[in-house]
Amino acid sequence: MNDSDWLDSNAALLGIGVAPEWREAVLLHLRITRELAQRVFDFPLPDEADPAPAFRA
Amino acid sequence: MSHLAWASASSIAAAVGNGELDASHVIDQALARITLRNPVLNAFTAVTAERARARATVKLSGPLAGVPFAVKNLFDVAGLPTLAGSKINRERPPATADATLVARLEVAGAILVGALNMGEYAYDFTGENSHDGPSRNPHDSTRMTGGSSGGAGGAVAGGLVPIALGSDTNGSIRVPSSFCGIFGLKPTYGRLSRVGSFPFVSSLDHLGPFARNTTDLALAYDAMTGADLLDPVCVERTDPPVSATLTAGIGGLRIASAGGYFRAGAQPEVLTAFDKVAAALGALRQIEIPEAARARAAAYVVTTSEGAALHLQRLRTRARDFDPDVRDRLIAGAMVPAAWVTQAQKFRRWYRDAVLRLFEDVDAILAPATPCAAPEVGQKTFVLNGQEVPLRPNIGIYTQPISFIGLPVVAVPVPQPNGLPVAVQIIAAPWREDVALRIAYDLEARGVVRAPQPPE
Repeated sequence: MNDSDWLDSNAALLGIGVAPEWREAVLLHLRITRELAQRVFDFPLPDEADPAPAFRA
Repeated sequence: MSHLAWASASSIAAAVGNGELDASHVIDQALARITLRNPVLNAFTAVTAERARARATVKLSGPLAGVPFAVKNLFDVAGLPTLAGSKINRERPPATADATLVARLEVAGAILVGALNMGEYAYDFTGENSHDGPSRNPHDSTRMTGGSSGGAGGAVAGGLVPIALGSDTNGSIRVPSSFCGIFGLKPTYGRLSRVGSFPFVSSLDHLGPFARNTTDLALAYDAMTGADLLDPVCVERTDPPVSATLTAGIGGLRIASAGGYFRAGAQPEVLTAFDKVAAALGALRQIEIPEAARARAAAYVVTTSEGAALHLQRLRTRARDFDPDVRDRLIAGAMVPAAWVTQAQKFRRWYRDAVLRLFEDVDAILAPATPCAAPEVGQKTFVLNGQEVPLRPNIGIYTQPISFIGLPVVAVPVPQPNGLPVAVQIIAAPWREDVALRIAYDLEARGVVRAPQPPE
């Protein structure tokens, strides 16, 4: 799926109207987020790794 | 005290406390100063003059007696709607009570004088705001203050208040500290109560103070610590006041400099400031914070997704009422698959453990706060590692890997000859705000770091 399909399918699913003039900027941010998420996934973690949503330092 | 605008909070409190200075005079001076400078700086979105004048007539005591302060407008202030920089929140009913931290500063004798401009919903590193206009840098009003606590940066650096409160999810205290040349403290995640503040990303949100010197920063922080059962993240923990150990010196502290990721991309003036601070502290050892780039990536994914979830209903029904720059990022954030966020949170645990191991050998780590000094207001891109990249998503590259795991940081300002200031981060182990503040105090005492007074 390319970023444009990603945007259109999710906008429909989430019920968010994306005006034509916003589209380029949203696509830019989708691309940035996709690349950064890929970087996270490139790091191998064991199945047992606990997420830290309620982190305490 | 003839120059109250630039007086320290500690000196004001001492003079009010011993009767040399009338708190009403302090407040009149502060309000006059705001009236004079705010048209240029656009730091304040509300001035609570009546409340401040009334409070100044009460007999005040405490370490911040009579000290004016202001708060980013995501803090609840009784009688004001909590804007969080947005247009939409203007329709909220006025807050019925003050945020916990506002109340705690007032218990210490301080006097609230207003609410401060900020990037919409705190998703911002610039200090720009399409509804209220940009907050402007006191050192050069054509420049950004940095965000999202932009008004806080401008108000403290511009001599409008000696103390302000902001929030920091990915760098929103440390970035304005750097661009405006002041001191900022992002405490350990879970240290200060967030009750009565409008959230952004609960798993990463911190609140903290700004000041023009370390002593004032420590006084404000000490006044705000303590458990709050209403904030599930705020811990029950009692540590000694940091003000008591501020002057203990840095003897015996092991201080290292972050290399690799934290040097790549920094503009020359940033590296000059960073190296100056490192040399002054003898922090010649360079260490690698492992996987910092990936930590920043993971923080980005968590932020955009969790922030978008907070605002999803508003994005559905009122997208046109958002600041366009914020809206477009939040819409993209709403489309992030859940598995990406979970993986980022799993990585967060791994990264936390890896970084905590570094603190077995060092007590503090230095890193730049921003890759550049304050950009021009309206600037959309800048050069990073030789490439032109979007500005907003990249100003926080050095702050995000640190707040991602909640480490305490003091941002210390380094004046630049013939240039804008930039800050250096002093990063300590969890719950060791005292260590970072001791180092900041030592640097300030030796004249290495200082909040420069801007020309007017």
